[in-house]
Amino acid sequence: MTILEILWFTLIGILWAGFFFLEGFDFGVGMQFAFNARDQKDREALYQAIGPNWDANEVWLVTAGGATFAAFPAWYASLFSGFYLMLFIVLLGLIYRGVSFEFREHMPTIQGTHIWERLIALTSFLVPFFLGMIFTAMVSGTPIDAHGNLSAGFFDYVTPFTLVGGIAVTLMSYIHGLNYSRLRIDGNVRVRASSQLKYLYPVLLAGEALFAILLFFYTDFLQTKTLLTLIILVVIVLTTVIGWFLTVKKQLEALPFVLSGLTLVEVVVLLFVGLFPRVMVANNPLYNLDIMNTSSSPYTLKLMTIVVITALPVTLGYQIWSFWVFRKRIVSHKVVE
Amino acid sequence: MVTLVGILDLARFQFAMTTIFHFFFVPMSIGLGVVVSVMETIYVIKKDEMYKKMAQFWGKIFILSFAVGVVTGLIQEFQFGMNWSEYSRYVGDIFGSLLAIEALVAFFAESTFIGLWSFTWDRFKPGVHVLFIWITTIGSAISSLWILAANSFMQNPVGYAIDNHMGRAELKSFGALLSNRQLWVEFPHVVIGTFVTAGFLVAGMSAFKLLKLKKAHPEIKFFRRSMNVALIIGLIGVAGALVTGDQHAFDLQSMQPMKYAAMEGVDKSITSSERKDKAQPWSLISVTNPDTHKVIAHIEIPYVLSILGNHSLTGGNTVGTTELEKEFQQKYGKTHSDIKDYYVPENTLFYSFRVMAMGAGGLLMLGVVALWMNRRKSKLILTQRWFLWILGVATFVPFIINTAGWLVTELGRYPWVVYGLMPISSAVSPNVSAMSLLISNIVYFLTFATLGGVMVWISRRALHAGPYAEEEEVESPSDPYDHLAKGVEA
Ligand code: HEM
Repeated sequence: MTILEILWFTLIGILWAGFFFLEGFDFGVGMQFAFNARDQKDREALYQAIGPNWDANEVWLVTAGGATFAAFPAWYASLFSGFYLMLFIVLLGLIYRGVSFEFREHMPTIQGTHIWERLIALTSFLVPFFLGMIFTAMVSGTPIDAHGNLSAGFFDYVTPFTLVGGIAVTLMSYIHGLNYSRLRIDGNVRVRASSQLKYLYPVLLAGEALFAILLFFYTDFLQTKTLLTLIILVVIVLTTVIGWFLTVKKQLEALPFVLSGLTLVEVVVLLFVGLFPRVMVANNPLYNLDIMNTSSSPYTLKLMTIVVITALPVTLGYQIWSFWVFRKRIVSHKVVE
Repeated sequence: MVTLVGILDLARFQFAMTTIFHFFFVPMSIGLGVVVSVMETIYVIKKDEMYKKMAQFWGKIFILSFAVGVVTGLIQEFQFGMNWSEYSRYVGDIFGSLLAIEALVAFFAESTFIGLWSFTWDRFKPGVHVLFIWITTIGSAISSLWILAANSFMQNPVGYAIDNHMGRAELKSFGALLSNRQLWVEFPHVVIGTFVTAGFLVAGMSAFKLLKLKKAHPEIKFFRRSMNVALIIGLIGVAGALVTGDQHAFDLQSMQPMKYAAMEGVDKSITSSERKDKAQPWSLISVTNPDTHKVIAHIEIPYVLSILGNHSLTGGNTVGTTELEKEFQQKYGKTHSDIKDYYVPENTLFYSFRVMAMGAGGLLMLGVVALWMNRRKSKLILTQRWFLWILGVATFVPFIINTAGWLVTELGRYPWVVYGLMPISSAVSPNVSAMSLLISNIVYFLTFATLGGVMVWISRRALHAGPYAEEEEVESPSDPYDHLAKGVEA
């Protein structure tokens, strides 16, 4: 195990965490097209809130995929071919979601616009749900053979654990999106978001408890890395509780948003810490894929490290600047300072 | 084995379908980025509001094509792992890093700045705002550099070594990868091809609109000027494509002789010194029997292949496909016993190449005449309706040309996925079922048909509504949207 292999495993974790933090809320905003919009003004406000940023947020996913390909080609190959149909659904979701944002405003009739807005809502549910399933399936053990190939069907991955995993990620994204709406949108959307959050936080806490129990049965995290796993689980629950308190009791906005993003980040941390140094858990431990047997050559890892060190700060710089530019709050029909 | 053949065919079909569809929108959006950037730059310099409207109007089509390009590009990013896992394992060390770099240095910039550009027209000074579109455009051109570096590696692998212990190819020199000779022909050829695509798209759409506009309609000026900007960019593109394309073909003689021979319909080798005119003839039309791989009929024009392949009126030799087949059998027979033969689909290559080269010639003439007819002092172009029709139909020609170009490049690489290194048949994912592939093929196909259809429909409507439509709509209370969008931008 080399430093570079560990670094790249960490970096890929960071990319996924960044993806869930950022696209998490725009999935959540997408879902609100169905559950937190009464009229066209609400929907337009929702769109305006993520319009300039959703595309760049999605690049985090592309980069996570690309970085996996570059740093751990054998991981990328097994994961992507092994979870074929699930990834296919994720792809379809992202495809229709992306074009819907652009197509909706070009429709001649309001009915036409609604078609694309329904698609935004639907796909915003599907993608985080299936990503949640894939991640939980990946850590809970799959039928990988000696060559690293995974050849199980769709329903082999559908277990109580993966279902709860999928729902948890979706719910976290939705809550994150509600918090984002409270931060960025004024008027009814904001009011409704606050009242929905009141009920959703306890639901999420129950879900987290269930997830922790299933984690014990479906993974070896709690058996092999007991203390670390417990700590992270407690942190996840605490983050949720504090977020709940600050939202409902203190009516704060910025901090709960950061916290709901953090819960998603912490889930990624939980999974990556539990995995390490493995990257995919095989039913037969002999065939586990880990960062040693899937990694690229030291030369490539070094090259990629140099690229990341130079490119990432600049990238983060202009992405943050872009969020700064679009910081103003959106009201149904105007922007308030 | 039977199922494996099924998987391979389905995976290849999927790759062809998804890349071709993706590559309708890639050159369209990169090229439209250039066109819109130029328009907005003219606005900044001349302070003529019409050019601002122009950038906004064509910018709508640009954003749409960008969106479809992005989402179909997602498939590309995932497809290697999903359908070509063996390939990913074998060359991921090299190929994967190029893809990751593309995302890191280009995708982030493109997507962030296109967001900034489209949402901040009224918030930044024109001189700053125009930078956003330039960064987006340059970002997308840079992204093509990386993906084409990856493709160039497949065409002409350099800078690697085989690690027998790991059973894969590993990167040894990043510099070699970036100075790959293939890359520096392919990258200019593709980028200049985006100028052609967007140039003739905007010119053609303007032509359709001019056909509709009544005499002395105020928008006539708008579309004639749009056409001018577009035609100049398109013509720069065609000229560049001719120069780089010629170099491309020339290089193939040494880099991928089988591709070259098939492209030119040469089965029996041509040695110019043995011929009376000391020159190689060029086939205008040629038919090859796909089973025997022999040319059964052709029409030849003397000298031309010497000009193309030897850059002189006479001389040069072309090794034919028959001889190359023997040569390759000897060269690779031992290490790659699973490869049956090294022939490529001759007829497809031959005609695709002619569609591309002759299409370029046609566009060149059309563009020059159009530019002349559309000169400021003359109204000629408005009276010659037939010509506007031709220009309108020419909108679609670059899309056909681009596809033809890729068919030559990719089918001509057969039977290799990485030339001389890895056969296509051993690249496919062994663990993906034929059923999964079949389902995804069908769904992708339907999806593409829908997206393509909606794109064309929306573009036609936008053109029909014209550049000044929005302002009218704002006043109409029936549409809450634009009113709203306006308020948000302010
Ligand atoms: C309208 C102008 C043209 C466009 C839009 C265009 C587009 C393309 C594209 C997209 C490719 C595939 C990528 C690549 O390998 O570069 C290609 C390949 C190619 N083009 Fe063109 N092309 C044009 C004109 C020409 C002309 C005039 C020639 C030759 C005189 C030419 C020669 C070639 C060759 C030889 C290839 C295959 C290269 C290889 O396999 O490595 N192209 N073209």
